[in-house]
Amino acid sequence: MKIVVAIKQVPDRDAPVRIAASAKWIEERDLQWAMNEPDAYALEEALQLKEQHGGEVIVLSAGPERVGSTIREALAKGADRAIHIVCDDLGARDALGVARLLAEAIRPENPDLVLTGLQSEDLGLGLTGVILAELLGLPHATLILRVEKTDAGLKVKRELEEGWFQSIEMPLPSVLTMQSGGSKLRYATLMGIKRAKSKELRAVNAAELGVEAAPLATLEQISAPKKQKSTQLLGGSAKEAAAALVEKLKTEARVL
Amino acid sequence: MSVLLVLEESGGKIKRASWEALAAAQRLAPAQEITAVVVGAETETLAAEAAAKPVGKVVRVEHPLLKTYTADGFSIALHQLVQSQDATKWVVFPHTYQVRDYAPALACRMGQVLIGDVTGIEDGPIFTRQLLQGRLNGSYRHSGNGPCFVSVQAGAFRADSNIDALDANLSAAPAPIEVFTPTLDVAQIRTAHGEPFRESTQTVDLGSAQRIVSVGRGIKGAENLPLIEALAGALGAELAASRPICDNGWLPMERQVGSSGHTVAPKLYLAVGISGAIQHLVGMKGSQCIVAINKDPDAPIFEVADYGIVGDLFEVVPALTEAVKAGRERS
Repeated sequence: MKIVVAIKQVPDRDAPVRIAASAKWIEERDLQWAMNEPDAYALEEALQLKEQHGGEVIVLSAGPERVGSTIREALAKGADRAIHIVCDDLGARDALGVARLLAEAIRPENPDLVLTGLQSEDLGLGLTGVILAELLGLPHATLILRVEKTDAGLKVKRELEEGWFQSIEMPLPSVLTMQSGGSKLRYATLMGIKRAKSKELRAVNAAELGVEAAPLATLEQISAPKKQKSTQLLGGSAKEAAAALVEKLKTEARVL
Repeated sequence: MSVLLVLEESGGKIKRASWEALAAAQRLAPAQEITAVVVGAETETLAAEAAAKPVGKVVRVEHPLLKTYTADGFSIALHQLVQSQDATKWVVFPHTYQVRDYAPALACRMGQVLIGDVTGIEDGPIFTRQLLQGRLNGSYRHSGNGPCFVSVQAGAFRADSNIDALDANLSAAPAPIEVFTPTLDVAQIRTAHGEPFRESTQTVDLGSAQRIVSVGRGIKGAENLPLIEALAGALGAELAASRPICDNGWLPMERQVGSSGHTVAPKLYLAVGISGAIQHLVGMKGSQCIVAINKDPDAPIFEVADYGIVGDLFEVVPALTEAVKAGRERS
């Protein structure tokens, strides 16, 4: 099976974020970056499918030069080669604009399967995979936890709300967006990191893909969220704070 | 009619999230301008339920191939509906798993992009949605001439108050109901969907727990869970978790609180090492008293917490367990 996995580099979950002076995005200088976690699960699923059925795993990512580190991480985990859409204005494009870039890069590869995470940890849109399917004219399923190859195509396990699941059968080629938690993520081995250095990493300039950048949905401003409740913060040492909390829960909230 | 509001049902009833989306739609246009849409193979009952609400009219998008949901069936049928309605400026949905599955494709089919997971609508209109797992808010604006597709986060708009207030101003007569029959062929539906199932029998009932101690990524490893179990034990509370804990297999999925797990509203919800992404908050923000323990003072969990301790959970939790025990001995 030839599988393309679309991954995104996002700010590391534990990295402190500051609003940039423009108030349109966060300050990216000195920020730590990581592979979007749902995309890591998509990569894991692709690697497992390749181990079972053979084929090729191609990693695809769009963004500025820094994205290279996340691509190399995917290669070190076992992807065969990578395409980097070099794009310095990713944030100025909406999900449709980004999906168009990815679709143009995917089309000539003619893959059997396209995988990506269900959403990114930074914008959290959850749109790109579904739009990709529509642009490529392929069937899709979202929030997938497990993928099984069948004679007719795929049988996938889809997560529904509140602890329910559903099986979906679909033909190939198709597009799946992966939910996290379906399998255990692997680490890159030292051997994998070494091998990654000799793997093909092809850079494509976004401008060469002939996709218009003008967005329909524009992120105009970012801000710190307003508090929905006024939180009483209990200070002091751990012991003092704990004692104060127990007192509050007893006498004020009356829940103990 | 300037707004198409696509309602979602479950077990033959319109879902509550759909009425929250109606409350959001009312920020965009007056009730007479809102067309409520029900989709399915037999939609008469659903349409009657919708017609009693403050909407201008109800459209039944009906076809035998819409009996069970498929992304293809819903996208094709609703695409035809949107095209048939002149002057549609807004298409509004509740932000459910089902909507996430097809609405982005539907919008794309019309050269549009969905503004999803909206938590607020201000004049402009400016749509607010969360960024970076709830650590920041983003303000979005739509441009261009096509209809704007918007989905509304659960719990962000109050369904009852707004709708009842408007009910009083409208005549008691139900809204008119029309039927729209899309052109659909079985060959256009490329996926086959099985019946929903649950993984295993439930051994805990988080829904009826009076007190819940819930644990998140901050716990770092399964080997540290006894710390949280001791606190839950002292409080007489059930143990629950945010999604990553269950993803890692540290606790079973049935203990997960959030949009993909349980929705709970206990008297006391104590969140330990949980940052508070929206997917978690929607599952617990109705709790009577929320306590958060987190090392990050900017963690979004503090936005909904009544009491908070900013600190290292590995110091605070044992101290709290001791304080709870000591308090019990005194009383």
